[in-house]
Amino acid sequence: MSVEAREARQPWILLSPALTAVALFLFVPLLFILVYSFWLRTATGADQAGFYLDNWREALTDTFYRDILFSTLRIAAITTLVCALMGYPAAYFIARSKGNKAILLLMLMLPFWISYIIRTMSWINILGVSGALNTFLLWIGIITDPIQMLYNETTVILGLVHFLLPFMVLNVFVSLEGIDTNLEDAANSLGATRWETFLQVTLPLSLPGLAAGGLLCFVLGAGTYITPLVLGGPRDAMFANLVFEAIITQLNWPLGSALSLMLLAVLGVLVMIYNRYLGMAQLMKGLG
Amino acid sequence: MGWQLIRGWAILVYIFMFLPVAVVVLLSFNASQFGSFPMTGLSFRWFIELANNDAILRAFRTSIILGLLTAIISTTLGVLASLALVRYRVPGANAISTLLIAPILVPEVVLAVALLLFLNFLGINKSFTLLLFGHVIFTLPFVILVVQARLISIKRDVEEAAMSLGASPRQTFFQITLPLMMPAVLAGGLFAFTISFDDITGTLFWKPGGVETVPTQIFAMLRNSISPEINALGTVMIAMTVGLPLLGAAIARQISKKSGT
Repeated sequence: MSVEAREARQPWILLSPALTAVALFLFVPLLFILVYSFWLRTATGADQAGFYLDNWREALTDTFYRDILFSTLRIAAITTLVCALMGYPAAYFIARSKGNKAILLLMLMLPFWISYIIRTMSWINILGVSGALNTFLLWIGIITDPIQMLYNETTVILGLVHFLLPFMVLNVFVSLEGIDTNLEDAANSLGATRWETFLQVTLPLSLPGLAAGGLLCFVLGAGTYITPLVLGGPRDAMFANLVFEAIITQLNWPLGSALSLMLLAVLGVLVMIYNRYLGMAQLMKGLG
Repeated sequence: MGWQLIRGWAILVYIFMFLPVAVVVLLSFNASQFGSFPMTGLSFRWFIELANNDAILRAFRTSIILGLLTAIISTTLGVLASLALVRYRVPGANAISTLLIAPILVPEVVLAVALLLFLNFLGINKSFTLLLFGHVIFTLPFVILVVQARLISIKRDVEEAAMSLGASPRQTFFQITLPLMMPAVLAGGLFAFTISFDDITGTLFWKPGGVETVPTQIFAMLRNSISPEINALGTVMIAMTVGLPLLGAAIARQISKKSGT
């Protein structure tokens, strides 16, 4: 073999283990559940292979699934909006601060490294019947009996915001850092107020970061089932809870496959729209 | 004036992020037998109970073994792939990158279902093996992103110098490239370990009955009520997750200081 041919083959040898793993453990399984979603669950146990539309008919026409899909998207949208409103000013503060930016950013990223389940359950310590807030309100005498503040949609959103906010801050920070501050100075010297400069220069230039953070918050928020289980009530199930129920509790794997693919399709469309206009590179900047 | 407002807002955001964590740590030292306020005094009793809780110790052992194996496999695959992408001109490099990142773009629930059903079809039931495959596949993209970002900064000059002085490609790799890459490899491994150690979404789908990792153990304990032990466990995990990266950074600084002199 010539030297050139060997040189050309080398990267493929290096890439093949990772590519094989992704193909075998992600892409083939995804194709497999596409096939599986057309199988039929039978009372006897073994699923009936074939081409049945029953699962898809149930998943797409039953209003129960549709309602939960819509409420999942609504919860994810509110979460994303709250993350943006809380995270943007915080990221702006870090990016334009005269102090030690690395330390400020690291401090906000620290909770990101702390276990997700611990952070989620920690809200029970604050909002629970004998939590910090109730104890405080009882102590100052505003209430005479503890209030149940937990286990509703608001606490689910609260938990999700606490989980996802670092993704937003990091992405916005990265794009704010990339802006040449001379542009802001130029706008100021041409007579723009600080607020005008922000609205017409800084904000538009940081939109890619805001969009990347927003996409991550939305997709990760819409795919969760642990937060509603820990902080939500019985009626606050999200779409991923239905998938978990179908697969783990009811062992209805064909229906579970169809529901999974529905979730993948809805969120996949968002990722593709994002990719079409902004490209994956922006997203990778914030993650890497 | 505007800046004061932004600063005030940012401080509130910091408080929002830290308050729940602080309360967990505070309550873990609570002497009361309930995991809640009011505090009746400071005590280490919940940490002692934790150290004597077999279920939790087993969960820790499972999580650590799983995390280590995940880190080793994922980092090996990730470093090889990153080397190919950074060091060679690969046709279609962008498409390949997107393919390798795909496990992050697919919602983890969907990935969990697909892998469970497919491997079950192949005869691999819920088991430690399934858990390991799952953890490798969703940590791989993070390792590739982290390692690639650091590999780019390594100059090829040093390697070329070694080659021109007569080192074989193999010698060059093991004596020059690999030592230079070590911080990237360690960072990737640490990242993979942390993500694996923290995972619950996929793990609940893949774990066999009776096997618990630390997060699924906490989740199971939450079903009853929030006991002070959970807060103590939370404090241990906070100490670990905050401590490990700081330790890693300190070691990296030590290494670079030594090689600098």
